[in-house]
Amino acid sequence: MRSTEIAATGMATLSPRRFLPSALKSTPYYMLSGALAIVFLFPLAWAAFASVSGTPGSTQVTGFGPGNYQTLFAWNNGLPTYFFNTVILSCATVVFTLAVSLPGGYAFAKFDFPFRNTIFMATLAILMVPVASMLIPLFVLLKFLGIQDSILGLALVMAMFQLPFATFMIRVSMEAVPKELEEAAQVDGAGTFQVFRRILLPNVRPGIVTVALFAFLAAWNDFITPLILIGTSSKEPLALAMTTMREQSIGVIDYGSLEAGVVVMALPCLILFFALQGQYVRGFMSGAIKG
Amino acid sequence: MAMASSSAPASRSAGQGSRWWATQKRSRQLIGLLYATPTVIFVAVFFIAPLGLVANMSASHWTLLGGNKGFNLPDNYGTIADSSLFWPAVVFTFEYTILATVLLIGMGLGLALLIQSGGKWKGFLRTAFLLPSAMGLASASLLFYGLYSNQIGPINPILEAMHLSSSPIQFLEEPLSALWWTTFLIVWRFAGFYMLILLVGLQAIPRDLYESASIDGANRWTTFRFITIPLLRRSLALSLILCITGSMLAFDQFYILTQGGPDNSTVTIVELIYHYAFQSQNLGTAAALSVVLLGILLIVNAIQFFRLRGADDFR
Repeated sequence: MRSTEIAATGMATLSPRRFLPSALKSTPYYMLSGALAIVFLFPLAWAAFASVSGTPGSTQVTGFGPGNYQTLFAWNNGLPTYFFNTVILSCATVVFTLAVSLPGGYAFAKFDFPFRNTIFMATLAILMVPVASMLIPLFVLLKFLGIQDSILGLALVMAMFQLPFATFMIRVSMEAVPKELEEAAQVDGAGTFQVFRRILLPNVRPGIVTVALFAFLAAWNDFITPLILIGTSSKEPLALAMTTMREQSIGVIDYGSLEAGVVVMALPCLILFFALQGQYVRGFMSGAIKG
Repeated sequence: MAMASSSAPASRSAGQGSRWWATQKRSRQLIGLLYATPTVIFVAVFFIAPLGLVANMSASHWTLLGGNKGFNLPDNYGTIADSSLFWPAVVFTFEYTILATVLLIGMGLGLALLIQSGGKWKGFLRTAFLLPSAMGLASASLLFYGLYSNQIGPINPILEAMHLSSSPIQFLEEPLSALWWTTFLIVWRFAGFYMLILLVGLQAIPRDLYESASIDGANRWTTFRFITIPLLRRSLALSLILCITGSMLAFDQFYILTQGGPDNSTVTIVELIYHYAFQSQNLGTAAALSVVLLGILLIVNAIQFFRLRGADDFR
């Protein structure tokens, strides 16, 4: 099996630097890590390259140019429609997730009320149920609520899938805010909502950013949820529209435009990754998950 | 939690009686419940209600266009058990889960050890390995759909130019190679994520353990086997749970890359749910399969949970 090979190569580089003779470190290390870096980066570089290269039978027949993007721009309802749908969907998912998890996290962190633990456990239990098992009944339920085949319904469902992580995250962040801060505000006559708005929200900003980012990316990239819940082409988000584009033109698939679509979908994610890489990796490293 | 009592202004003396306390406590309870109301509504409407509905639908003759046509238990479950697609899909999903889990955890661990070993460009390497994890699975699958294609796929031309292969690789045309190349996409997309989880675990292992092991004359394999692996157990367990659960629900990659083919050889359980609902237009059967999937996942999770808890006790 390949995994044992990987474990074996891993072992060679296991111990801290000083245990290894320098000859062993240099050449094989650079060959191995260089090859791996190429394997991981090559597909991304190729997609960018293919998106501007010509393919026979498309707008961009030969050479390099924006032809594939032009095809994509005009395809079916037009790229702007799908892009706009995806932006609205992602932002609405973030808004719903925060609108529910911020007061919810506040309630679980700072109040004692009947069924508090039951409600919290029921929220976490969403994690236990596979998304795919929920989509068939949700399809029927959204119809019953009159929001079938709409971005609103899709965003509500996606926010529900985000709720366990978001509520947990906000609750833990708010529990970490020192009680003295609240008490000082209460002595000054602040009500529970003012404590929430003036004391807790500013102090849990990193948690809010994390929750918002996760919700945004999950909604941006989700495929199976819109596949099942959206039936009208003009309401499709990007991931679904690009897959439909490939299917509809079976026989003569315009691969160039397909890769242009991949670039359009991936670029915002990669930009967010580079902007937040430091925080993301550091958050992990600082012991968000302990070994 | 004693939040209710801590909220009372300190100036109030205890002598003013327990009735004041009781009112305060009750009103704070009500306020707390008020803040939790959106959560309650959301969980009830979009989680509890669909759970009840899926059970109900799985026991009903329920079509895509016609809706509910009455109770028919256990017909939907019978349809699934009799279907020629069901058992192959279960077997394939488990096969894929085992393959993806072994490769992903192995690769994640290998990459984590590579980064951990230091080296000049470890920052660059970590970014390179993590970059695919920033993409969506659907867009990664579409990327590889082009990468594996005969029209514009670059791999065969490169291999030919380097005189490395005599016949072009057929990526998705045969059942076995379709499974392998789809798993390759998954390893490419997710290895960085598991690397990150395992890296956190590796960095929590105290340095002096390695030093005393080397003083005691332990070789690299013994150190790996008796220090790294046992102390990495929690990170490995977390990776294992995430990986198994995720792979059991595989859909995007097979739907986009292979469409279940060739010859229905790569149909997963979730793809079968989609097939029943929108190709056969039979929501009742799709709901029954959703219930079966939920059951399988609960069993798999319960096994992992109890095994891991047992392992913890042992430690």
